[in-house]
Amino acid sequence: MGRKLDPTNKVKRGPGKKARKQQGAETELAKFLTDEETGPKRLSSRGRKRAAKRIQKSAEVTEKQPKKGFTDENSKWLKPAKRKRKVDEPENEDDSNEHWEEEDEEEEEEQELLQKKKDQGKKSGKLEEDDDDDDDEEMVDDYGTVDDGDEEAAEEGEEEDSDGEDLLPIERAAKKDKKLKEALDLESDEDDDEEEDDEEEQKSDAEMDEDDTIQTNTDEGERFRLPGAEESEMEGVTPLDLKSIHQRIKDNIDVLCNFSTKREPGKDRTEYISLLKKDLCTYYSYNSFLMEKFMDLFPLSELVDFLEANEIHRPVTIRTNTLKTRRRDLAQALINRGVNLDPLGKWSKVGLVIYDSSVPIGATPEYLAGQYMLQGASSFLPVMALSPQEGELVLDMSSAPGGKTTYIAQLMRNTGVIVANDANADRLKSVVGNIHRLGVTNTVVSNYDGRQFPKVMGGFDRVLLDAPCSGTGVIAKDPAVKTSKDEADIRRSAHLQKELILAAIDSVNAESSTGGYLVYCTCSITVEENECVVDYALKKRNVKLVPTGLDFGTEGFTRFRERKFHPSLKLSRRFYPHSHNMDGFFVAKLKKFSNVIPTAAAGKDDAAEAPEATAALNPPEEKPTQSNKMKKTEAKEATDSPQKTNGTANIKTKGKKDSRTGPKKAKLDGETVKESEKPAEKKTLHKTARLEKKKGKTATKNRMGKNKFKKLKHMLTKHDRD
Amino acid sequence: MRPLTEEETKTMFEKLSKYIGENIKLLVDRPDGTYCFRLHNDRVYYMSEKILKLATNISRDKLISVGTCFGKFTKTKKFRLHITALDFLAPYAKFKVWVKPGAEQSFLYGNHVLKSGLGRITENTMQYQGVVVYSMADVPLGFGVAAKTTQECRRVDPMSIVVFHQADVGEFIRSEDTLT
Repeated sequence: MGRKLDPTNKVKRGPGKKARKQQGAETELAKFLTDEETGPKRLSSRGRKRAAKRIQKSAEVTEKQPKKGFTDENSKWLKPAKRKRKVDEPENEDDSNEHWEEEDEEEEEEQELLQKKKDQGKKSGKLEEDDDDDDDEEMVDDYGTVDDGDEEAAEEGEEEDSDGEDLLPIERAAKKDKKLKEALDLESDEDDDEEEDDEEEQKSDAEMDEDDTIQTNTDEGERFRLPGAEESEMEGVTPLDLKSIHQRIKDNIDVLCNFSTKREPGKDRTEYISLLKKDLCTYYSYNSFLMEKFMDLFPLSELVDFLEANEIHRPVTIRTNTLKTRRRDLAQALINRGVNLDPLGKWSKVGLVIYDSSVPIGATPEYLAGQYMLQGASSFLPVMALSPQEGELVLDMSSAPGGKTTYIAQLMRNTGVIVANDANADRLKSVVGNIHRLGVTNTVVSNYDGRQFPKVMGGFDRVLLDAPCSGTGVIAKDPAVKTSKDEADIRRSAHLQKELILAAIDSVNAESSTGGYLVYCTCSITVEENECVVDYALKKRNVKLVPTGLDFGTEGFTRFRERKFHPSLKLSRRFYPHSHNMDGFFVAKLKKFSNVIPTAAAGKDDAAEAPEATAALNPPEEKPTQSNKMKKTEAKEATDSPQKTNGTANIKTKGKKDSRTGPKKAKLDGETVKESEKPAEKKTLHKTARLEKKKGKTATKNRMGKNKFKKLKHMLTKHDRD
Repeated sequence: MRPLTEEETKTMFEKLSKYIGENIKLLVDRPDGTYCFRLHNDRVYYMSEKILKLATNISRDKLISVGTCFGKFTKTKKFRLHITALDFLAPYAKFKVWVKPGAEQSFLYGNHVLKSGLGRITENTMQYQGVVVYSMADVPLGFGVAAKTTQECRRVDPMSIVVFHQADVGEFIRSEDTLT
């Protein structure tokens, strides 16, 4: 016991000024010097060695992540439990680390030097964090990574877990790929030993890092075996496990995307695809025909998105009726009623999308007053493409339930005339109801089959044909389509659509001053009902595709599998539920440039020979029943065409034929013309020419000129005389 | 489709004048062309001459509707005005009734208007006068017949009927089939 106070050293204490005064340089310095002196204890030799190592280690640790774990031989595959680690770690951090590193080095040397070096390089970036955090994460990961029984995986787990990683995900993935390749060699050896351990640890593992799951997935992909015959049978019998099917779908797609790397050797791509198709059909409840159609249409990455989009409904949209109100006012009124809404998009000035509503949207007083109409967003598009002008004569061939008709009317501001037709009388009631409710006054509603329409009335400025289809674009609205459609349905639809589009084209007046347009649209996404039908129309009538005016949407196909379409098909537009968040749709805008109906192919070539004559002489609006007559007359024309010497006579005959005097008269004319010509030589020449005509359609090229013919005739007569 | 006979025209105009008085001629002589009434399947349609011409191309059994349907003639040749004529009655209506927001729904379901739901009423409304019913936001909801004169409406108790319901826009949903 002794007072350590040195009486000579009077330290001022207390609250006063003197206590706070600086004592002088020496006393101040002494404070610092004493620290240093007390710092380094005098160490033993061992102590000094240890200190040196500590310094060394602190330098190394900055390079690589310290490995925790058991220090015995089983450290390779046995990783410590979480709690234990926490307790252990603070106590003997440094020692265990050192020890671990020693062991690590030995093990690494045994296995792959290259990989370890890479890992070390990786780990060097990790040490900037607290050891505690590292350990926790490592521990969690250790379990996950050990599933593979690969140390490389374990190392990766540790690395990837820590948050402040220096490597970008791309670099990580690249390294993983390299490791995978090398692991392939190892796996065969290690798998057998470690499978049991793997299973144990798998069960105990609760969380898995994303990367780890990728790691395990890729392993499964490599091990992603196509189920054999027995397994398939078992699946047929046992109750469906949708989750596992879903997982299998994902894995399968993963393999197919990186087929060269992840395939099972010896297995064909078609086997993977057929398994995928079967799984998709089971999971999403489609029939196999439709699924095949979709697999042809979409790349695998989009396919699942599309199928998922078909499971949920598209958002409810409404269209403001500008005849009665403005979008602004309507939105205000609906918000006051408790509706949550937003404008539909930049592309529409009248659309509103409804998020949720406390009142039924189809029964508000505003709805009943006709201020808006419930309409799908995709149904806006064909009318926008058609863009009817005021005062025009418009036909809507398939108008029920009347949404598009009323939109056309509001764009025309109730001027002009609209003919709203539908083949189904029951559905026409809704057309009438909607027309009256929305205050449309310029419409005539009729109940014809669209194919007969050209006979009833023609000469429309614009025609809209929303053809009845298989409905593959609106599966979200009507899930029955998934299982009920098959090859015959699609073909039937396509056939009807082809007939309808021809009738629609024949109803358009090409010489209309403001129009001459037809918009063809369907709510289907199959190529047979869309591009094929438009292509057919292009071949059969004098129409051409023009831009729709819709600046968004996918372009139509110009070729699909074994079929090739006209290149202008890319002006048509396709819309999908998964990419545009509206029902599947197809829109094409056609312009009719001539009222002439082209005849069949043979006739067409002959017509080409004297194009000016036929075009000028054909009166507008030939009816299709005349086409047969035209064929006959054209055939006659063929025989007469070689007699081009009497050019005017030819035109006369053609003109007579074209004025629909009937085939008989035409024949007579032809004969008279023949007789009027000089008989003998011409007949022989004529016959040969006819034969040539029959064989090939290159008569024009083989025909001689006027002067040559005269010369030849002259020679022949001379010959005869001689 | 045929033009209305004299009698039919008379009956119809009488009915219309109950609501719009002498403004009927405004319906026929319009600045944007002449409009006319035609009869088809016992229903009266109001259309412009342009539409009339085109509608003649369509055969009788296939024609469903032309222009706007005003109403129909019953079997006993009485004329019944439909809700579809509201758009033409509302702007020319002589006597109007405004309904409070709470009573809107009730009227749209087909009930009569009670005194408690009455917001405003035009002055000098005679009893059994044809009136057009509006919401407080001036949205036409339908039409009916005044059960009481304006003076009486002020005095009478809240649960008594002031407007007999004849047609309302709710019918577009309730009776879609009978519109055509």
